[in-house]
Amino acid sequence: MQTIDLEAKGLRALNEQLHAQTADTNQTAWEIVNARGSHAIAVGLDAPIEVTVKGSTGYYCGGMNKQATINVHGSAGPGVGENMMSGTIVVDGDASQYAGATGHGGLLVIKGNASSRCGISMKGIDIVVHGNIGHMSAFMAQSGNLVVLGDAGDALGDSCYEARLFVRGKVKSLGADCEEKEMRPEHIEILKDLLERAGADAKPEEFTRYGSARNLYNFDVDNASAY
Amino acid sequence: MKDQEHRGIPQTTPRQSATFSQDVNSDIRRAAATGIYDIRGGGAKRRVPNFDDLLFMGASISRYPLEGYREKCETKVTLGTRFAKNPIELDIPITIAGMSFGALSGPAKEALGRGANAAGTSTTTGDGGMTPEERGHSSKLVYQYLPSRYGMNPDDLRKADAIEIVVGQGAKPGGGGMLLGQKISDRVAEMRNLPKGIDQRSSCRHPDWTGPDDLEIKILELREITNWRVPIYVKIAGARPYFDTTLAIKAGADVVVLDGMQGGTAATQDVFIEHVGQPTLACIRPAVQALQDMGMHREVQLVVSGGIRSGADVAKALALGADAVAIGTAALIALGDNDPRWEAEYNKLGTTAGAYDDWHEGRDPAGITTQDPELMARFDPVEGGRRLKNYLKVMTLEAQTIARACGKNHMHNLEPEDMVALTMEAAAMAQVPLAGTNWYPGKGGF
Repeated sequence: MQTIDLEAKGLRALNEQLHAQTADTNQTAWEIVNARGSHAIAVGLDAPIEVTVKGSTGYYCGGMNKQATINVHGSAGPGVGENMMSGTIVVDGDASQYAGATGHGGLLVIKGNASSRCGISMKGIDIVVHGNIGHMSAFMAQSGNLVVLGDAGDALGDSCYEARLFVRGKVKSLGADCEEKEMRPEHIEILKDLLERAGADAKPEEFTRYGSARNLYNFDVDNASAY
Repeated sequence: MKDQEHRGIPQTTPRQSATFSQDVNSDIRRAAATGIYDIRGGGAKRRVPNFDDLLFMGASISRYPLEGYREKCETKVTLGTRFAKNPIELDIPITIAGMSFGALSGPAKEALGRGANAAGTSTTTGDGGMTPEERGHSSKLVYQYLPSRYGMNPDDLRKADAIEIVVGQGAKPGGGGMLLGQKISDRVAEMRNLPKGIDQRSSCRHPDWTGPDDLEIKILELREITNWRVPIYVKIAGARPYFDTTLAIKAGADVVVLDGMQGGTAATQDVFIEHVGQPTLACIRPAVQALQDMGMHREVQLVVSGGIRSGADVAKALALGADAVAIGTAALIALGDNDPRWEAEYNKLGTTAGAYDDWHEGRDPAGITTQDPELMARFDPVEGGRRLKNYLKVMTLEAQTIARACGKNHMHNLEPEDMVALTMEAAAMAQVPLAGTNWYPGKGGF
């Protein structure tokens, strides 16, 4: 285990050291202490390493992650796991706005609640939130899966494309062109797998699936009031 | 009336309304027939105060000219000197503005790379990501970081020579975009993670930051991901150039790219293009003032775009304080866009060469703003690249000619004092004297 004191070493040195790890590194376990809400911790990683952050993080922790597993033993600021491509990020606490924004792949797990715009413009990422999510989540979500064990705020899935949204609790309101969908066996399988990987104690059958009604896929003046 | 004429009574000639002109009436008829606003490509077509309203004075007894064919006039420019380990060094102060693969065909993007390479300058990606062809044909490639994040990934980010965070675009400050379904080929769809054939919307705001304080942190993140290697540009529309430039500098930009309302877009509402934003000429001095007030002029470089057409425009933009310019529409014309050789086909589309702007429909006769394989095949990227190189060389020679006449051994030594304005509006915007006077509006409190 490599331990890095972020306060003592500084952000640049930390990320530089993590970026230096290659696919065959034998330094696979890293611990970051004194995170103190710093921004851009462990961004742009591209190696099969496991990074544990002790404490809460600021903006964009794990941004554009590839391959790495990042565990945040605290809460995460805005944009945790933004545009991540692969790997896993697990936040023990809550996540602020834009969690998993534009993510292309990998798994983002929030064990607490996630604020507004969770999964905004997601492009293939899987996000599992154990608690609730805020308003405008999955706005323009293109693909991937957003799983919410709690409730969802206003305008869920507004203008979404092909992303699948699974909510166990209540949805305050659906956004434009988002509708309730049939839960088919393949969706149960997807959910089962994601819940298991996210360590979530819930049954797939308890969820409702939402997705795009596909009415806004091609501009039609008769739909102008929906824009 | 005929009767009056026959009776020898003088008649008034039919009089068109200045308010309800034929153009306006055709807009009304089109809206009434379709129920939808007009979407088109390009920048503002209305006449606005521009570089044509400025003149250089040249040398005189008090200014010493340089010999055109003997004495050097340097054109090199370095962008990104503030924080980046590897600033971009360009041979000429003219770059190619961001245009997407999707809006443009692959061969058109290749031609832009070829032409820019040959002229020693950079090209820029657009919404939709970076293609291998584009990277391969552009030795200096700026990677745009846009609100849609279509195709955005850390591998391409690390391959870029600079990153341009797009906050605004001159044609549509505050607006997003829409690539209509007919231009979404398999490849474009795959790059954007969306199904083929559906409209692809680009949002007007970034999904994971809001405001200048967030932008500073976003810039930090991008620098950390790229190990502080490449310059970070911030592109702003000509909306509030003084404040936006100030905020971009405060947020940590290496380069500010300022795009006036004549700057083109692939597709936006005509009403947006013509009625939102400020002319390029009006934006430069406030942006330069912001750089000077922050003590950052020449430390943070300013790239100006929007309606740059000639070496004279380049020289005038630089004289007002820009470090370089970027061209988009002019580059497409150099490649062959709107060429009269396709007049018969433009006529079939209900338009004429020079006026064709329905780039979003994907039926470009010149094969440039299309994804249609048959139309694309009309365009030769090698020939297109050669034409762009020639055009860039001519612009550079023209700008050098003017700079030498003003006694400057570097393009950056041009200054506002070298110019006069032909109109009150241009004098006010450029803050150079109205020709024949030593005054411009606002000077001395008047």
